[in-house]
Amino acid sequence: MTVPAARVTAAPARARLGGWSGAGLGVAVLWLSLLVLLPLAAVVATGAGDGWSGFWSAVSNHAALTAIRLTVLSALAVAAINAVLGTLIAWVLVRDSFRGKRIVEAVIDIPFALPTIVAGLVLLTLYGQQSSIGVHWYATNQGVLVALLFVTLPFVVRTVQPVLLALDREAEEAAASLGAEPFTTFRRIVLPAIAPAVASGAALAFGRAMGEYGSVLLISGGLPRTSVASQYVFAQIQNDEYVSAAAVSTVLLLISIVVLAVLGQVHRRAARRG
Amino acid sequence: MASDLLEAPVAAPAPVRPVRPRKRRLTRYALRFVAVAYVAALVAMPVVVVVWRTIDQGASTFWHAITAPDAVHAYQVTAQVAGLAVLINTVFGVGVAILLARYRFPGRSLLNVLIDVPVSISPIIVGLALVLVFGWTTGWFGPALQNAGIEVIFSTPGMVLATAFVALPLVVREVLPVLEEEGIEQEQAARSLGANAWQRLVRITLPTVKWALAYGVVLSVARALGEFGAVRVVSGDVSGQTQTLTLVVDERAEQFEPGAYQLSVVLIAVSAICIVAISLLRPRGEC
Amino acid sequence: MGIKAVGISKRFGDFVALDDVDLQVETGRLTALLGPSGGGKSTLLRIVGGLEDPDEGTVHIDGVEATGVPAQRRNVGFVFQHYAAFKHLSVFRNVAFGLEIRRRPKAEIRRRVHELLELVHLDQFADRLPSQLSGGQRQRMALARALAVEPKVLLLDEPFGALDTKVRKELRDWLRRLHDDVHVTTVFVTHDQEEALEVSDEIVVINNGRIEQTGSPNDLYDHPANDFVMGFLGPVTRLGERLVRPHDIEVLATDSAGAVPGEVVRLIRIGFEVRAELRTGDSAPWVQLTRGQAEALDLQPGRAVWLRPAHDASTLVAR
Repeated sequence: MTVPAARVTAAPARARLGGWSGAGLGVAVLWLSLLVLLPLAAVVATGAGDGWSGFWSAVSNHAALTAIRLTVLSALAVAAINAVLGTLIAWVLVRDSFRGKRIVEAVIDIPFALPTIVAGLVLLTLYGQQSSIGVHWYATNQGVLVALLFVTLPFVVRTVQPVLLALDREAEEAAASLGAEPFTTFRRIVLPAIAPAVASGAALAFGRAMGEYGSVLLISGGLPRTSVASQYVFAQIQNDEYVSAAAVSTVLLLISIVVLAVLGQVHRRAARRG
Repeated sequence: MASDLLEAPVAAPAPVRPVRPRKRRLTRYALRFVAVAYVAALVAMPVVVVVWRTIDQGASTFWHAITAPDAVHAYQVTAQVAGLAVLINTVFGVGVAILLARYRFPGRSLLNVLIDVPVSISPIIVGLALVLVFGWTTGWFGPALQNAGIEVIFSTPGMVLATAFVALPLVVREVLPVLEEEGIEQEQAARSLGANAWQRLVRITLPTVKWALAYGVVLSVARALGEFGAVRVVSGDVSGQTQTLTLVVDERAEQFEPGAYQLSVVLIAVSAICIVAISLLRPRGEC
Repeated sequence: MGIKAVGISKRFGDFVALDDVDLQVETGRLTALLGPSGGGKSTLLRIVGGLEDPDEGTVHIDGVEATGVPAQRRNVGFVFQHYAAFKHLSVFRNVAFGLEIRRRPKAEIRRRVHELLELVHLDQFADRLPSQLSGGQRQRMALARALAVEPKVLLLDEPFGALDTKVRKELRDWLRRLHDDVHVTTVFVTHDQEEALEVSDEIVVINNGRIEQTGSPNDLYDHPANDFVMGFLGPVTRLGERLVRPHDIEVLATDSAGAVPGEVVRLIRIGFEVRAELRTGDSAPWVQLTRGQAEALDLQPGRAVWLRPAHDASTLVAR
């Protein structure tokens, strides 16, 4: 008598769409289209509304270029600064222990939860004209930078922390036993392992910094030379210059896509090794 | 021969001398100092200074600020807009998470990617985008909406849309991983016991994801309450009518009127509650 | 003296891991630290290697003071139970790591690494990643890596604990033969007494943070200092007031000097060995016999016999 072979259960298979789930998908797609796809398409279409010359003049005038340049450079700087300091902070939170560490953990979450305009006011108070510590960064590039650093603080820290927690500590001990001083061990063993996470966090920080508005608004003072791109676009909207606003917005979206794609490649290449 | 391997001398890396443990400790203190000082100077101190100045300005100023008529109206508007946006997002979030985790259909991975788009878009662009679709004079649906008398831009519906847009991925991204990991066998068991789709949803699926869902909802609430740029564009920023609390804070600050600090402190207090909730609910395995 | 650790004490909070422990290992010997889990042997090994600092005591390696010297300057090779492979580096780069740190010329590195990989039979895997190797292969790579920098001392922390029995036995043999070739002072930690008995020149038995006994495998097996060591290194049974090895009990058909009467309760045959469970007046010993011996005595359940320890057997007074 033959015994039937045991059936091998694969990972839970996903089901085909039925009546209710199909309708649900339809609703979800409709909602997404109405809310996200259509509006974004409208931006791109409107930007091209006056043809190539209209687009170009909207984007290449002095004020627009200044704003775009400030925005991109600041976002890159912020991504880089966060990559270093965020990793350092994550390291301290994971490997060190001291009284008040939990407070530091909670403080790091503040930028996630605080309204951007409140962040802006808070930074203006300490680093603006009425500063109690004598730091006057109102209407300066440094002020813009500080605002962007504020809102992007948690990104790299929170992506790197879980990876650090999961690291094989014995590999670091092995490196030490082979003669590697602590910094060498960090450079050759820890860094390659956390590189993908640092890249992801930096990408998030970059994207956020490119589009940031509320926190920068107050401290930049609205002057053309310290206005970021989002402020410029807002001004255009207020003046009913929709084509101009849409054109600059399109440029911002494109820059973000390119940089995010590059950082995505970095992430992928770094992740392949592990 | 194997022993040959150990005959060629390899220099030891450094003369062996006892190292003061102090050097290791120094590095540790230095790193700790940089981390704490940076976080303190960047985030903690500014917030503390604002709270301090608010206290300094006294209780009656505080009371006047939070009971000013446009502020009171803003509480209503904020609660309405944020409440609706979070509700829509939660329903959408759970629904999409279930679709992505339990079903297969063409375009599934595309849907997955699209969900993340809103997070990386500037709020001003979000506002502009909505105006270009739903605005009466500027939008693709403008004439149709105007004929039907439906005011989206410069009114609550638009503000809800803007807030829902920016918080779109938050619930999905928390619930989806949990659904992908667990629950499917229980749902199948429930089905074999005769439970219909609604019963399975309410009795099995939702309880499975309840903590992740709570976390996502708190994140959405914090995001919705704090939304500024997109709502500013879409609402027209009309005092006493279409202002949320964040817009009132901005107006006070930009016009140098009193009350910006006080209302900010109210928002800070609400954020603090959200942070506490976030820390408590944060999925295990982190921090 | 290859390793000399004196007066080592270490606590983790309230838990005393090591209490005034001394360890001496002669240059070139292969020593096992044997004991139950949590007994302190890994802690002692890590202190010798510089991965932990003792609360009290000193460590000398090859006559030079090493206390307080961090691990990276002790020139001590360390092999971990779970391999501690550098996951993002190939097998070649793993083994080359210590040499690259010391900035040896590329040609020299290439030569030594390939020699070592041939020694551990991994040369054809040089370009693979550790994740593509089996457990046993990863551990051989870890050994090659540790040996590459010519350590003065080689320390292994339960090196075969994560491997299947068959692989464990193979690597055990292999480690012994490697040591016979290479003669590095080696200390390894294990809780498996068979492993310790088979591989090492000397065994140090550690329990509850203290050293119970030190000696050659035969010494410890034949002349245990206390009942813990006796019980840990081999089977023990109790005959009257004494502890004795089951294969050291003589079973006699008739009364003899020094023998006690007993009765066979149960016989279990395992291959060509026979295990006899007996009862005497005040104890219930079991005896290990060959099948031939059992047949010669015509053992059956219920049979009356006389028992006494073999005249050269070591016994201990039971507590």
